[in-house]
Amino acid sequence: MIEVKNISKSFDGKMVLQDIQTSFEKGKVNFIIGISGSGKSVLTKCVVGLMEVNKGEIEFDGRNFTIMNHRQRKEIRQDIGMLFQGSALFDSLTVEQNVMFPLEMFATMSKAEMRKRADWCLERVNLVGKNNLFPSEISGGMQKRTGIARAIAMNPKYLFCDEPNSGLDPQTAIIIDNLIREITYDLGCTTVVVSHDMNSVMEIGDSINFIHAGQLWWKGDRREILFTENKELNDFVFASEFMKEIREIMQKESKR
Amino acid sequence: MQQVCSKPERLAIYRIRIVQEIDKIGVQSVGIVALLSAFMGAVITLQTAANIDSAWVPRWTIGYTTRQSLILEFSSTIMSLILSGKVGSNIASEIGTMRITEQIDALDIMGVNSASYLILPKIIAAMLIFPFLVVISMFLGIAAGALIGPGSGVISLTDYISGIQIYFEPFQVTYTLIKSVVFAYIITSVSGYHGYYTKGGALQVGESNTRAVVYSIILIMISNYIITQLLLL
Repeated sequence: MIEVKNISKSFDGKMVLQDIQTSFEKGKVNFIIGISGSGKSVLTKCVVGLMEVNKGEIEFDGRNFTIMNHRQRKEIRQDIGMLFQGSALFDSLTVEQNVMFPLEMFATMSKAEMRKRADWCLERVNLVGKNNLFPSEISGGMQKRTGIARAIAMNPKYLFCDEPNSGLDPQTAIIIDNLIREITYDLGCTTVVVSHDMNSVMEIGDSINFIHAGQLWWKGDRREILFTENKELNDFVFASEFMKEIREIMQKESKR
Repeated sequence: MQQVCSKPERLAIYRIRIVQEIDKIGVQSVGIVALLSAFMGAVITLQTAANIDSAWVPRWTIGYTTRQSLILEFSSTIMSLILSGKVGSNIASEIGTMRITEQIDALDIMGVNSASYLILPKIIAAMLIFPFLVVISMFLGIAAGALIGPGSGVISLTDYISGIQIYFEPFQVTYTLIKSVVFAYIITSVSGYHGYYTKGGALQVGESNTRAVVYSIILIMISNYIITQLLLL
């Protein structure tokens, strides 16, 4: 479980996050949603330690990450897997080498064991036989899946996914969503997904945090989101006419 | 720099990276170093011959001038300025691109010391391989002079060989090798720094490259002056 306790972050005096207090539960897919510029990426970067907070605390299973020194943070980071928006695969390494990279840096395994683990991770994301291809030789969806394989190589306790479906077609996006959900439930990790994609939210979101103007505006699950009276959240979720119609249908059905 | 020089996570991986960087920075620069040095040696020989009109100046001066020009300045300083364009911009663009595509963030999230992992092997590799490039440059430059001088009839081979042997001070070779190590450090650390702290997109990667090359050149020239003042006078 990750607990975010009253964190604030500003850049050059401009407040980007203001007193955010929330928690991301273990074994669940926790979403952070919000319009562009609302502060959701900054929140994620603060949680994983890529940015320092001005105020507040972040706890990973009761361990206060904000007061840790570099060495202590390094230990926690070995429990973190992250899928980046652009996959962030190392161009000079093959798919297999990318997945093996964290193992080579930190695991105490033989080369054969590392290969076996990499094969398992690649099998898990349906990339069998792609071991020797370079990132530039595979599709965007495959790059995302390689990113997930690399993120789970160290058997993480915490999995972060930044816009996992951006730039993907709807079918591939659903494959990635299902993969994130399966991995979360199978490994029992605390998963945090940053997204604007409401399809993903409604498909796999167990807990949803809506960030607006740098504040935690709303928190709930995917059923509650359909019936909320929160104006800003409704403007975000039901931005299109199509979604508004779906909402009306849902609300009529629930009244019957 | 403290972050770059901190203890590596896995020494074995750093050793492999150093070997890879020696190949990328050094071995892959041998061609351009050889080509430039050979032509420079030949041109210095011809220009010196063209500028010596007086019968009072011995012909071996041509060989002597070629040797001194190559050993003292061309093979270390000028070659490093050229390599700051090739190697320096390569390092800045590689690391800068890794920054804007979040590959450095990925390393940090894993708990890898990204500055050390990316920059330290390049610094060590360049400091190890640059002196070899300088030796190759000196040898090929002088050899090209020996080929072109007598070949074009401006000096006999005997005079040229006398010239490259006369008043030879072995310390000058040591001096130029010391300079090459310092320049290697400047090129890789300055380029690594500008690449690592790139912010933005493709445009900013280009700007980082430019800054890396410009600052490397300025620092090379300043340190060239300081080292010469300290070691030769």
